[in-house]
Amino acid sequence: MTEEMIIAGFGGQGVLSMGKILAYSGIMEDKEVTWFPSYGPEMRGGTANVTVIVSDTRISSPVLQEYDTAIILNQQSMDKFEKAVKPGGVLLYDPNGIVHPPTRTDINVFKVEATKASVEMGNPKVFNMIVFGSYLKVRPILSPDNVEKGLAKSLPERYHKLIPLNLEAMQKGREIVEEVHVV
Amino acid sequence: MELKEVTKTEGTMDIQDILKPENLVYQKTKLLTDTPMHYCPGCSHGVVHKILAELIDEMGIQERSIGVAPVGCAVFAYNYIDIDWQEAAHGRAPAVATGISRVNPDAFVFTYQGDGDLASIGAAEIMHACNRGENILVVFINNGIYGMTGGQMAPTTLEGMVTATTPYGRNTDLNGYPMRITNLIAQLPGTSYVTRQAVHTAGGVRKCKRALKKAIQNVLDKKGTSFVEVVSTCNSGWKMSPVASNKWMEENMIPYYPLGDMKDSVKGEHSEN
Amino acid sequence: MGEIKLMKGNEVLAEAAIRCGCDGYFGYPITPQSEVMETLMVREPWKETGMVVLQAESEVASINMVYGAAATGKKVMTSSSSPGISLMAEGISYLAGAELPCLLVNVQRGGPGLGTIQPSQADYFQAVKGGGHGDYKLIVLAPSSVQEMNDFVDLGFELAFKYRNPAMILADGAIGQMMEKVELADYKPRWTKEELVEKNGDWATTGKPASRKKNVITSLEMASNDMEVRNINLQAKYRKMEEEDVRYEAIQCDDAEFILVAFGTAARVCQKAVEVAREKGLKVGLLRPITLFPFPKKVIKELARKTAGFLSVEMSAGQMVEDIKLAVYDAGSNARVDHFGRMGGIIPTPTEVVEALEDKFSWELSYGVKRSY
Repeated sequence: MTEEMIIAGFGGQGVLSMGKILAYSGIMEDKEVTWFPSYGPEMRGGTANVTVIVSDTRISSPVLQEYDTAIILNQQSMDKFEKAVKPGGVLLYDPNGIVHPPTRTDINVFKVEATKASVEMGNPKVFNMIVFGSYLKVRPILSPDNVEKGLAKSLPERYHKLIPLNLEAMQKGREIVEEVHVV
Repeated sequence: MELKEVTKTEGTMDIQDILKPENLVYQKTKLLTDTPMHYCPGCSHGVVHKILAELIDEMGIQERSIGVAPVGCAVFAYNYIDIDWQEAAHGRAPAVATGISRVNPDAFVFTYQGDGDLASIGAAEIMHACNRGENILVVFINNGIYGMTGGQMAPTTLEGMVTATTPYGRNTDLNGYPMRITNLIAQLPGTSYVTRQAVHTAGGVRKCKRALKKAIQNVLDKKGTSFVEVVSTCNSGWKMSPVASNKWMEENMIPYYPLGDMKDSVKGEHSEN
Repeated sequence: MGEIKLMKGNEVLAEAAIRCGCDGYFGYPITPQSEVMETLMVREPWKETGMVVLQAESEVASINMVYGAAATGKKVMTSSSSPGISLMAEGISYLAGAELPCLLVNVQRGGPGLGTIQPSQADYFQAVKGGGHGDYKLIVLAPSSVQEMNDFVDLGFELAFKYRNPAMILADGAIGQMMEKVELADYKPRWTKEELVEKNGDWATTGKPASRKKNVITSLEMASNDMEVRNINLQAKYRKMEEEDVRYEAIQCDDAEFILVAFGTAARVCQKAVEVAREKGLKVGLLRPITLFPFPKKVIKELARKTAGFLSVEMSAGQMVEDIKLAVYDAGSNARVDHFGRMGGIIPTPTEVVEALEDKFSWELSYGVKRSY
């Protein structure tokens, strides 16, 4: 199993930390993992993206042209990465702020209204965990146990009291993810 | 040649009688090596080397001492004093000493630098080492000139002073002003003891030794950076006899670089002057 | 099995330094490697192992702090990125000239000048051909994963002390910023004063006891004859490195008609490119030099006798390609050597690499592979 994915959105949406939790969860399942962020000025308020690769075998290139999965959280990233999903791959997006929804028909498209749900939950900070939950529903590549362990590993101990809230957000994501188009 | 037994005459002394410890009035400084010094006759370096060698011996710190030699006339200082030495790149001795001292906190670490090395190319390193209060001694030989490379202008060269690169005298419009870097150093809270000395008279040598002893003791007591400037002659560079150099230094250098302590405090305190 | 963590390459450098018994780190902040010192400052190793960490006023100062501390026989290091390494060039030459063991890290960014903070490999020449003045060599290790960032800290120190020579980890911004699974090494205690004197007491300035002559660390010899002897000895040492400490990884080279040669991040890209090319039916292998100096000349010479061509893939305008050409020339082979690179902070993609291979070796691919002899 090799999952090559990109998570792309605005800085501050928790793109990098979602990738980190995924990578840590992969380690908990004895996988090889690589987390490669865009870094530099674009991190400061602009777009942010991170390539995450989870694999049973040694990981080669951290830089990819096409992905098994793209999680897209703003329009700029949609413009850039919709075309980079491998045929038959997965595109998961939050429609909030998306003016031009994906049009490709050779890929599986899912949407999750995570921005809306996080506001309803009264905590916009859990936005990324809602998205993460919906991703794991669509691509169940890791066992929920290991994801919970990965979450604990990637959070400093002083934030461990927030684990239940994060798990709740992930559950929410699992529930509200919608199928838009399936190949 | 046949050796004849010399019979001793009543009431006279032979060499064995003279060589008794109680008759000793002077001996070569133990920690000075037998390597002949390359310094010019009349140069202040030899005197300052001797004082340092004496103090390291008297204070019993040979095993703890690590010297950092500069680029400049004192580049071969490591040939003359019998302790472990490092040769630094031009101006970098304070950074080198920082490295030594930080990983060897019980060592007695000192730099020995000239005015080109310390006040020009190494201005950043000396300021920051002193500002951090590195537990080191800095010996600063200020003769107002680059001696080793053939007598070019240094930051400390006096106004109007002729050097190889100021053949018509230092022009402040072109070259700026003679730098009293020790006064700047004294402003830095990392320093504990900052003084300016000279060794052109016997009294000066004694005072300088007292100052260096205090400076070394400060380092041993981990009080921060001690900085001892020695206003010096460079008779070759100044193109004068040693005697004339001493006179010229008294009349010209010392009025601009007056002798005396500038700071005697503890690390963390600002200078009072 | 050691502790498993998810860490950035830069963070791992710091952690590995603490764990391998490093005595001191001296550095100056510069992107994309500032996390090295930041991690150390958070970890406060002086409380744990006694390791010293100091932020210097400049790279000029930090390399000279390394010089001073290394000359006392301690395990010390610095890290920086390209423009900072340029500033250190003077000190690195002095370290090599005075034969001081230490570890230097260059997490490269794109140049020349202020350039970009994005990853690059354009400091290959600077690292392996000198960079500072005089005939000297560094031992240069090129990690291509976060795990190797960890492993090469200890290895770098080991080689540095084996040869009394500075060793450099030549990484790039991608390896520094990337997080991967890493197995951390177990803690090694720092050398005690007695161990240090036993290992390095014959040369290091540890403070002169009555029992030995004074130790002097210098790169200066006024007599040309003596200076030539020093140089001859240095060269002999570099030849010994070439004999004993070449490291490389060969992937699918046995039946390869074309060999990609790449190190660091570019080698990771090329590993994927080999997969892509093989799917297309092209017999492509990858040679990954791990030591850039000593360079794996011998294996290139051997491969040159059975391979049609080498493509040096670098994040630069083509630097390592010159060393490949020298090795192929030495082999008397007519294998063709070409280069493909991206510059300015751009990492080539695997597809680009395969396309470049097809383009540059189109003659061989169209008319059949011309076997060399």
